[in-house]
Amino acid sequence: MNRAFDPAEMRARFPALEQTVNGSELVYLDSAATSQKPREVLDVIDEYYEQHNANVHRGIHELSRRATDAYEGARSKVARWINAHEDAEVIWTSGTTEAINLVAMAWGLDNVHEGDEILISVLEHHSNIIPWQLLAARRKAKLRYIELDEEGRLALDDLDELLNDRTKIVAISHVSNSLGTINPVKRIAEAAHAAGAIVVVDGAQGAVHTSVDVQDLGVDFYAFSGHKMCGPTGIGVLWGKRELLEEMAPFQGGGEMIDIVGRDESSWAALPHKFEAGTPNIAGAVGMGAAVDFLSDVGIDAIIEHERDLMEYAFERLRSIPGMRIFGPTSLDERSAVISFNLGDAHPHDVSTILDTDGIAIRAGHHCAQLVMKHFGVAATTRASFYLYNTKDDVDRLVEGLERVQEIFG
Amino acid sequence: MESPQLSSLYQQLILEHYRNPRHKAELDEKTVEVHMANPVCGDEIRLQLRIEGDVITEAKFLGQGCSISQASVSMMTTKLQGARLEEADALARRFTEMMHGDEHAAADALLGDLRSLQGVSKFPVRIKCALLGFEALQEALQDDRDEVTH
Repeated sequence: MNRAFDPAEMRARFPALEQTVNGSELVYLDSAATSQKPREVLDVIDEYYEQHNANVHRGIHELSRRATDAYEGARSKVARWINAHEDAEVIWTSGTTEAINLVAMAWGLDNVHEGDEILISVLEHHSNIIPWQLLAARRKAKLRYIELDEEGRLALDDLDELLNDRTKIVAISHVSNSLGTINPVKRIAEAAHAAGAIVVVDGAQGAVHTSVDVQDLGVDFYAFSGHKMCGPTGIGVLWGKRELLEEMAPFQGGGEMIDIVGRDESSWAALPHKFEAGTPNIAGAVGMGAAVDFLSDVGIDAIIEHERDLMEYAFERLRSIPGMRIFGPTSLDERSAVISFNLGDAHPHDVSTILDTDGIAIRAGHHCAQLVMKHFGVAATTRASFYLYNTKDDVDRLVEGLERVQEIFG
Repeated sequence: MESPQLSSLYQQLILEHYRNPRHKAELDEKTVEVHMANPVCGDEIRLQLRIEGDVITEAKFLGQGCSISQASVSMMTTKLQGARLEEADALARRFTEMMHGDEHAAADALLGDLRSLQGVSKFPVRIKCALLGFEALQEALQDDRDEVTH
């Protein structure tokens, strides 16, 4: 932590939070969907377009040089943030979803064959299910699932039975977006590697709420998005081990990713550009770099500690509301800054509408995790998610809002 | 307590239909069935009609979702028992007009209890909840017409 963490001061650094919604000060509890952006990040994006905008790796001119430096500089920042072995292992994508699809296509199509198995879990976001369903269908492979226990944790007792010599890929989320469950990725990676499978991690939430060290986690691919960690939308990262990225065919073809183009065959650019066809989202990358600067300055440990404080407070307050059912792990050690719940027989959409009239933004629905909803026998949940700019006042406002829900649905 | 807008949205009649939905059961001897879902929010219904000649002799539904979607379809099926097809069609059109802010439609006695859902029109993101059942009805009526012509 570089300086004392003051939640109110932190909140003031995010312009979008300083507004009134439906007559009340905005309380933003939907950061698991997307985070708000600090002034520093917005300024860097503006400055990029106003002063440096040019295409990267093409021009000899000054602006192109500056744009390229900013773009590649951002890559280095992200590489350090996740402790990648080298910058070239960081591939820019449009987000977590594209990053997972990249692995499914560029690694999966060449390495998964009929009768092979792909192991995922019931906890996954649809973005870490559908790419594997598509791959399995094309390769006639079998998709298998790690089940959940009653608290929404992965049931890992039979992991060894689920893994076998046909298992080619294990794809798992670091942190669940719907329940906040933190998964023991390191342990799963060890078991998967012992069985000869590669490990792909959906880090869309993990990169936001945990201190990520891809080398320590021992995984092969780690995918995450800029917009959930104070950066802009439309930019994300696939980190992958060099030896795997080297042996993979390109994902998309086009400019930037080529070396020499012939009539029938061409050769590919070196990493990371082999996987970055077309003019990339330069401003997005630069913005994500600025977000990493911002987060590094605050310190991931300070963020985790603040979120833990908020979660303890929110748990205590929400639990005391009659009719409250909270989903997910009961131990805060096993969960991140997300609380999924249902209140009596009030449907999550009704809860969301009532809270919205108080200026409180939460998410209602299946959270792109229909298998999780099915596991708990519900069609939808209400989800409040927290980030570094939330305060205990936000929790109090949520609780007051839920009391209004009870007055109506009581 | 809550804002006037909120009170107009969550009228007692709506909450009462949400808690005690009418005609929520499997319909034997149905002639047409339509499944309609909103994948964004997970609301879903299965509307089942028995149509004999040009009359809906019985209407039932199964489903789950928010108070607005479920109350709306519950009230709708109440209006559909014994309704002629053209009446059902007019009901769907009139209700849709009300949801899009048409004051005349909202004052139309034809809609009966369904007028209690008028407040939904002030909540743009919830309009689709109220319309779910009526979209199913319009598709069911179309399916019935297709059946007759073929």
